[in-house]
Amino acid sequence: MTNPNGRFGIHGGQYIPETLMNAVIELEEAYNHYKNDPEFNAELSKLFNEYANRPSRLYFAKKMTEDLGGAKIYLKREDLNHTGAHKINNVLGQALLAKKMGKTRLIAETGAGQHGVATATAAALMGMECVVFMGEEDTKRQALNVYRMRLLGSEVIPVTSGTATLKDAVSEAMREWTNRIEDTHYCLGSVMGPHPFPTIVRDFQAVISKEIKEQITEAEGRLPDAVIACVGGGSNAIGSFYHFIEDKEVALIGCEAAGRGIDTFETAATINTGRLGIFHGMKSYFCQDEYGQIAPVYSISAGLDYPGIGPEHAYLHDIHRAEYVAVTDEEAVEAFEYLAKTEGIIPAIESAHAVAHAMKIAPKMDRDKIIVITVSGRGDKDCAAIARYRGEEIFE
Amino acid sequence: MSRISKAFENGKVFIPFITCGDPDLNTTKEAVLQMASNGADIIELGIPFSDPTAEGPVIQGANIRALAGGVTTDKVFDLVSEIRKESNVAICFMTYANVVYSYGAEKFIRKCEERGVDGLILPDLPFEEKEEFKPVCDECGIDLISFIAPTSEGRIAMIAKEATGFIYVVSSLGVTGMRSEITTDLPSIISVIRANTDTPCAIGFGISNPEQAAKMAAISDGAIIGSAIIRILEKEKQSAPKTIGAFTKEVKDAIRNV
Repeated sequence: MTNPNGRFGIHGGQYIPETLMNAVIELEEAYNHYKNDPEFNAELSKLFNEYANRPSRLYFAKKMTEDLGGAKIYLKREDLNHTGAHKINNVLGQALLAKKMGKTRLIAETGAGQHGVATATAAALMGMECVVFMGEEDTKRQALNVYRMRLLGSEVIPVTSGTATLKDAVSEAMREWTNRIEDTHYCLGSVMGPHPFPTIVRDFQAVISKEIKEQITEAEGRLPDAVIACVGGGSNAIGSFYHFIEDKEVALIGCEAAGRGIDTFETAATINTGRLGIFHGMKSYFCQDEYGQIAPVYSISAGLDYPGIGPEHAYLHDIHRAEYVAVTDEEAVEAFEYLAKTEGIIPAIESAHAVAHAMKIAPKMDRDKIIVITVSGRGDKDCAAIARYRGEEIFE
Repeated sequence: MSRISKAFENGKVFIPFITCGDPDLNTTKEAVLQMASNGADIIELGIPFSDPTAEGPVIQGANIRALAGGVTTDKVFDLVSEIRKESNVAICFMTYANVVYSYGAEKFIRKCEERGVDGLILPDLPFEEKEEFKPVCDECGIDLISFIAPTSEGRIAMIAKEATGFIYVVSSLGVTGMRSEITTDLPSIISVIRANTDTPCAIGFGISNPEQAAKMAAISDGAIIGSAIIRILEKEKQSAPKTIGAFTKEVKDAIRNV
């Protein structure tokens, strides 16, 4: 799907300072070499299976299916991975690649903290130094994850610039990378940024759809009618979609964070409210004002609180291969509570956006239809924030 | 001959940078006129961007203050028209790709020509992505300034061969901001540039005083200073232009004959 110059249709590219150009070229060369290296792939598979607990389960949500009274619902349980989210897939791949490239230090941005925790974990496992940039606002929303990263031996740097959220953490990590390239790999957490990151991250996350395909074929003898995943930058979504892109009968649905609504300024729904732009190394859709100033986006979910979307999603939107819908805070919180009560599974508030959309469409679908929802992460980290949303203060 | 090429005709060049609208556009105009009359050869006018990823904390601060004050791209174009009534100094815009792209690259670049802007500096537009902007720039006689960094190595010749106006040589790794010491082997970078082009080169990033500027100008064609000027604005606000003028004179005197 990637053009040789790192484009997805018109999207993607390498809009970065000259200082970083040789670093991304070196990364691309290394990746192109190792992606076809049997030894590298064997090592990565071993890490996936023995360390990260792959393959993750595809679970038939019987009670939810019966309750909604429509399509059969399966949950792809990325929340059961080591560290509690899909982020570990990409991080193990990139850390292994960085190690092969002779890098000794990983830097990363993080929103909810899941990617930061995954990077800190991989760094601990592989004996690498690790520094994570996290918006100061998010360090407060996700204090537990900050503690986890420090416990794992990483340094966490609160970012105070701009809106002090995910986009500022990305900017700060990019600045740090221009400052120290020789020994440092920037372990980008989503399918965004300059080429080759959107391709590398997608390839490492594509294990999700590869497994879904095998598991659903085993369980149902056919492909699903829809695959639903939440989208911030879009890594769990592209991972869930990738091996179905050529199967036109499978609807691919990305759920963006509408925050308080796409008709308000307090939203992070990029496809629904943004327009074409160039930012963080890529051409894609961004929430921005008429002069191209990047908008201070909002979502209850720190992981979806990003003003852009990965270039491959922008392309899938352009060619109408995937549909991107907006889900509000309120809908996501309701889905968070619903899945907990109905199936005994507490999803990440990010993943709850995907659950919310499935709750809307499943009842309208026939009982012989099949929906797969990717539960990208577990929701323990969100409990305090959701309690607060419901007017309850809890103290750990 | 363009204003930029002319600026390099009489010895070493001083290129000060200022973020438009910090603390307000009138102060920017006064500061630009002060710099121009005190020996600045090319003025780098920063159009503020919400997320300036190539900037250190000082210039980030200026961007945030300017945007909070309501500066827009159109207001900056009007500022250029105001400056052009009183000065013929060479002017380059320094901003981020999205500011140009979002305005409409062609519309933006044609407006640069119409208002009297001579060059465009986009730190997040490397050689590989320039085709989107370069043809219109060429058509309008606007120099799209090329960057060469300490990490450019094998890329230097390729970039230098297509460079117009001047080459912005990045002194050090990292973002803009003041540094006590610059350790990059700049003379070897510059000798590769010289072997591939006649386009002059100026060094920027990390230069904050006349002594450093003189050192950098001695090995190249000029020096670029940004954060040190923003610091003066930060401190003196509306009364900064006079101090900035005096600082410009000091730097220009220091580099003139190195």
